[in-house]
Amino acid sequence: MTARQRRIAWLLGALLLAAAVVLPFMVKNYRVFQFNLVLVYAIAILGLNILTGFNGQISLGHGAFFAIGGYAAAVMMDRFGVPYWATLPVAGVLCFGLGFLMGFPALRLGGHYLALATYALALAVPQLLKWKLIEPWTGGVQGIVLSKPEPPFTFRLLGQPLNADRWLFLFTCAVAVLMFVLAHNLLRGRIGRALVAIRDHPIAATAMGINLPIVKSTTFGVSAAYTGVAGALGAISVAFVAPDSFSVLLSISLLVGLVVGGLASIPGAIFGALFVQFVPNVANDLSKSAPWAIYGVLLIGLMYLMPTGAMGLLRMTWARWRPAAALDPKPDPALTTRRHST
Amino acid sequence: MDALMHQVFSGLASGCIYGSIALALVMIYQATHHINFAQGELATFSTFIAWALLQRGWPYWAAFIVTVAGSFVGGLAIQRLIVRPVERAPVLTNVIVFIGLLVIFNSLSGWLFDYTIKAFPSPFAQDSALATRFFSAHEVGSVLVMLCVLLVLWAFFRFTPIGLAMRAAAQNPESARLVGIRVSWMLAMGWGLASAIGAVAGMMIAPAVFLDPNMMTGILIYGFAAALLGGIDNPAGAVAGGFIVGVLENLLGAYVIGTELKLTAALLLIVATLTLWPNGLFGRNVVTRV
Repeated sequence: MTARQRRIAWLLGALLLAAAVVLPFMVKNYRVFQFNLVLVYAIAILGLNILTGFNGQISLGHGAFFAIGGYAAAVMMDRFGVPYWATLPVAGVLCFGLGFLMGFPALRLGGHYLALATYALALAVPQLLKWKLIEPWTGGVQGIVLSKPEPPFTFRLLGQPLNADRWLFLFTCAVAVLMFVLAHNLLRGRIGRALVAIRDHPIAATAMGINLPIVKSTTFGVSAAYTGVAGALGAISVAFVAPDSFSVLLSISLLVGLVVGGLASIPGAIFGALFVQFVPNVANDLSKSAPWAIYGVLLIGLMYLMPTGAMGLLRMTWARWRPAAALDPKPDPALTTRRHST
Repeated sequence: MDALMHQVFSGLASGCIYGSIALALVMIYQATHHINFAQGELATFSTFIAWALLQRGWPYWAAFIVTVAGSFVGGLAIQRLIVRPVERAPVLTNVIVFIGLLVIFNSLSGWLFDYTIKAFPSPFAQDSALATRFFSAHEVGSVLVMLCVLLVLWAFFRFTPIGLAMRAAAQNPESARLVGIRVSWMLAMGWGLASAIGAVAGMMIAPAVFLDPNMMTGILIYGFAAALLGGIDNPAGAVAGGFIVGVLENLLGAYVIGTELKLTAALLLIVATLTLWPNGLFGRNVVTRV
């Protein structure tokens, strides 16, 4: 990246950030809430992308970590009176631990098997949350109702006050920026290259001195931590958790978001999140009776027509428009298209 | 003691169903090395078709045969139209396509046949001679039906030219193609057979668990567990695994963990199998060339 490109990137980032700050004051409360969920899903999808897109481990069970993060936050806020912002790191650390542990059996499993084991995880977690023995904490089938945190200060912008939803949006936005920057720094360096090497050729990666078990399990942990933090943020913004809101469809949605946004692409997570949040509504408008069928058809159609996702499409358009840009002598290794060893 | 025996026997009966779902999974796995996540939803959809035919006053066995034949054709069509174009695509693409199919068929069952829970009739009358002290008539009947299916399948693969061709296509596609077997069509046949087996399993389990669009979700996981336990490349092992999982599930549910955590038990079984005996109890070691 030349100095000029770097300046442009910074400028774009600053513009986007300014837009994100002004956005909640321009739309209605419900929209603010929806955009908030987009950011939450974006963090979760980014977590899944670290695992599936960059490291090549397929997970159909990230809804489980989302649920655990959400429940961790809800239980801490409701039962122990922990302030909402303090629940995020705890949810992250908890999910990191669980993900790391899940990463060990995952070492033995390739491709379809891992998808299958994690699918079972996604199915089991809602059942586990209803378990009688932990009901004093989780509230059983009823779940836990929380109250939305009030903004610490208030002001008016464009004639709109800073209310709870808008404050939460800004809070989520700050967390999301932090998580995206962290992910960017993690993935573009040595560790990112190790992840991609493992994905593309595990044997060669081992021969190059990468400690496969440790790196893969840690990746699983980091990925779960991202999704757990997103789950906690989700619980705070929805102000309610119940076992049935974390069904297997949530895990499927996250995977869909990942594929739509583009594998192994950090900004793709945002496109994926937009899809996951708004397209079910569109499908619902198209057919009241079978929205998920439309969703499924879209999914298979996307696999045929746009297998590299929104970011892949953007990159292709860019390359066609500016052939010189495509001939970049040193493409970022972490951002090249994915190849499977199987 | 009686209660224990009863649990074991009803475990065997449901194990039979798990075994047949496992068998369907193994058939597709052997041929394509894919795990069909939509297997359960396809079976549920077939069962709904049978239910619709029965509602129109068809006799049970006529509806049964039409459903199985229809499922065979349906499975064939799905392979030809949807799965074949991505046959050689990366694993993730395949998983996504299967997930897409799962979502579509789940939603279609709910849309066409409603989400309400329906009773599905059993062809075996409660007071027939089949009923014994430990087994209900339906349990004996479904075990017999599943054993018939297994026998027919075994005979098909062992004695017919098409069966031989299918085995060849699964084992060594390149050589099979060289001797003139149309490998791609053999894979489609595998899909057809798998969805026909799924249809039989669905119709046999529906009287026990009632029919609704999500009927098979849990059963699919047990089927997976059974297939893995028996060795995913071993059809006989899959059936044996089904019996083991069925009995284990019933005993654990009755005496240890209660019915609420059955799926968690299945998850633990899957993870334990994959970690401790990655090839299953009856599978063989697979050596991969670097």
